[in-house]
Amino acid sequence: MNAARRVAVLKGGGSLERTVSLRSGARVEHALERLGHEVIALDAGPELIARLRECDPDVAFVALHGRDGEDGTVQGLLELIGVPYTGSGPAACMRSTDKALAKYLMRDAGIPTPAFTAFKESAVRDLGVAAALEDIERTLAFPLVVKPASQGSALGVKFARSRDELPGAIVGALSYDRKIVIERYVKGRDLAVSVLACPREADARNAAAEPLAMPVVEAIPREEEFYNYESRYEIGMTTFVCPAELPAKTAELAQQIALQTYRLLGCHGVARVDLMLDSHTDELSVLETNVVPGLTETSLLPLAADAAGIDFDELIARILESADTVR
Amino acid sequence: MAVGVRYLAGMRGRDDSRRARPTAHELARYESLFAARTRGMKSSAMREMMALTERPEVISLAGGLPDTSTFAPELYAQLMAKVAAESTARALQYGPTEGMAATVACVVEVMAAEGTHVDPAEVIVTTGGQQVIDLVCKALIDPGDVIVAEAPTYPGAVPTFTAYQADVEQIEIDSDGMPIDALEQTLDRLQEQGRRPKFIYTIPNFQNPGGVTMSLARRRRLVEVARERELLVLEDNPYGLLRYEGEPLPTLHALGAQSASGPGRSGASDLVIYLGTFSKILAPGLRLGWAVAPRPVLEKLNLGKQGADLCSSPVTQTFVAAYFAERDARGQPAWVGYVQRLKDLYRTRRDTMLEALQEHLGGRAGWTTPAGGLFVWATLDGGIDTTDLLARSEGVAFVPGRAAYVDGRSGSSSMRLNFAGVTDENIREGVRRIGRTMGGDTGLLGTLSATASSPAPASAPSEPAATSAAPSSPAPASAPSEPAATSAAPSSPAPANAPSPAGDAPEPLADVVALPRRDAPDPARPVRRRRDR
Repeated sequence: MNAARRVAVLKGGGSLERTVSLRSGARVEHALERLGHEVIALDAGPELIARLRECDPDVAFVALHGRDGEDGTVQGLLELIGVPYTGSGPAACMRSTDKALAKYLMRDAGIPTPAFTAFKESAVRDLGVAAALEDIERTLAFPLVVKPASQGSALGVKFARSRDELPGAIVGALSYDRKIVIERYVKGRDLAVSVLACPREADARNAAAEPLAMPVVEAIPREEEFYNYESRYEIGMTTFVCPAELPAKTAELAQQIALQTYRLLGCHGVARVDLMLDSHTDELSVLETNVVPGLTETSLLPLAADAAGIDFDELIARILESADTVR
Repeated sequence: MAVGVRYLAGMRGRDDSRRARPTAHELARYESLFAARTRGMKSSAMREMMALTERPEVISLAGGLPDTSTFAPELYAQLMAKVAAESTARALQYGPTEGMAATVACVVEVMAAEGTHVDPAEVIVTTGGQQVIDLVCKALIDPGDVIVAEAPTYPGAVPTFTAYQADVEQIEIDSDGMPIDALEQTLDRLQEQGRRPKFIYTIPNFQNPGGVTMSLARRRRLVEVARERELLVLEDNPYGLLRYEGEPLPTLHALGAQSASGPGRSGASDLVIYLGTFSKILAPGLRLGWAVAPRPVLEKLNLGKQGADLCSSPVTQTFVAAYFAERDARGQPAWVGYVQRLKDLYRTRRDTMLEALQEHLGGRAGWTTPAGGLFVWATLDGGIDTTDLLARSEGVAFVPGRAAYVDGRSGSSSMRLNFAGVTDENIREGVRRIGRTMGGDTGLLGTLSATASSPAPASAPSEPAATSAAPSSPAPASAPSEPAATSAAPSSPAPANAPSPAGDAPEPLADVVALPRRDAPDPARPVRRRRDR
């Protein structure tokens, strides 16, 4: 079914997730080779466009995480130079990667997401947002999570338990992005639902791929303490269970919400939606969506796909096909 | 919206005929194979960020680097040719685990230059000083054993301690190094818990990263305490010969040997494991260091080294021996002259850095004034988190203070700055960039914090550029540590017209490492893997 193709694997880049991206990319390359494709590995840097022109691939496999690779920049450039690519288009990347935009879209569409506000550094500097800290306290209530709006490193995620800690948390998060989201902290279980396009094998060309929700993964942090919030995002501080031990109804609802989110943001091919299950109310809410989920040995998407009976090569084959279907 | 949705439950095994790829099963298999200690070894988000600073346009004050460009290329070529021509078979062969006799003689010579006289039989040559830390842990540390270290401590020791699953107690240092009364309190507290540290890890001279030096009184007292309580001290002394002012102080090893002499005592140091290195007085690329240790410990270090690498490179050992045989025009050992030139160079760079700090961070931070070594330790006012500052900073890198604390949290307002491996102009420009970035932070913090007590006049935007006034803001989250006494730097301001950054291509940060935690892993958790992303 697959003709051999020239595939450029885009990886690395200059984001805080460079190392993970290099590992994702290396694994993708091996899988593509096993699938019989010709693989060109490209570390995204100042030579990227020139290298792409030079090697003239049939398709680009985007294995870049974080800045540039996941925020629509690379996708837009690939469209500009006419190279088909895997995964979501520029608009969906921008909607997903900008957590502030994604949360406003979800709120307006009725998809549950923790109460929040969002603003840029200029709001602090030029618009006197300081005078609204009381309103933040009143409407969101402590403890609060302050995070850079664009996806990035765990380092930027700050926790504020009280009014005193809020300014430092805001300035800290603003170090990683010009825009931040301040979100009510939801105590509960960390869940992730990966969504994968399921090509109709008969007429895959130009047919909208139907998205499929993978089994729910639960991330169990090794520490529960508030002050250690950052460590929940640290490598090695979390173990994962898939399928998550959840009531069938809850798991199904999580998958349904993930699919709604995927569609709302206009994702294509693949995405991972991270959710919280509130331990008090048992309600699900969406934290964020990753349009280029990690593909390393220890990433969540391959784990979920495996639990669904899709091995890694098949997963890569499916993502590769997303380059050919209409976004 | 959700039309025709299909869900996959947890079904498995579709199309099992395809070859198995690394799947959950395989991962679980690896997970079950990994030793428990690997749980303490991990990458960190900070490491990732440090990696990003390794770009040509970034001025790196983060390295632990000496300036190897000062070594004469002609001499290097000449020595290598000599080694190649005269010692071919020996240099290319395995060597003794304890080191080649000619290299050991160089070690004895270097230590004598610092006033410490050792028996060659007590020396083991190692692959860098770093290997000594590893071998000492290998010989002494069982999981859960206590190591007492300084706070902050050498960032490169932290992952070694963590890998051996040591429980590290850190003691805050001040301008005179580790306060021994605080050490004794810690020892008493441990004793009440029925615990006793396996060793006390200290860098007495121009501490990394603190830049401070342990006073003579404290050195004497530390040796007394070690003798009273029969404890071992690991004295890490990479920079002792790089003193830029003041009188050299005796090493702990020398003091220990003094206190050991007397009726029935050998005169050898039975308390101190001494760690030295050729990295800072010659070149880190040689990967040669050494330990001097009490005989029973030495035997274990030797056995550990046999398992690790059999011997350190005879090629570089032979090189060192050839280098130490060199004489200058006046008949002086060439290495002594080279160390003197390094000292003159680094002294100037230190002064440049202290001036730049005064100019760009004066009134907003405190810093140590090192009498030698490679590093200044600066602590910012206002609870600014230096890890965040690094993320925000444009074109300059430093080591956030957290890297020097085993808990990965303390020291959050401090930073380690290297002056030795950076040109004067890059030092000035790098510190200027830190000041400018910090100005942006304090400006924002001031704006936000002003209203914590009273509503801000909305019309008073803060000035983001690097201005002076630090806000009296509440310190956020983790309490910043104030390890080292700060002192005013020389006041003559450096010219601010720093040229654009050039040269000094940043090197990988060999001694900057993950932020390990000593959190106990939970072996009871059933599954399955660590998070990547």
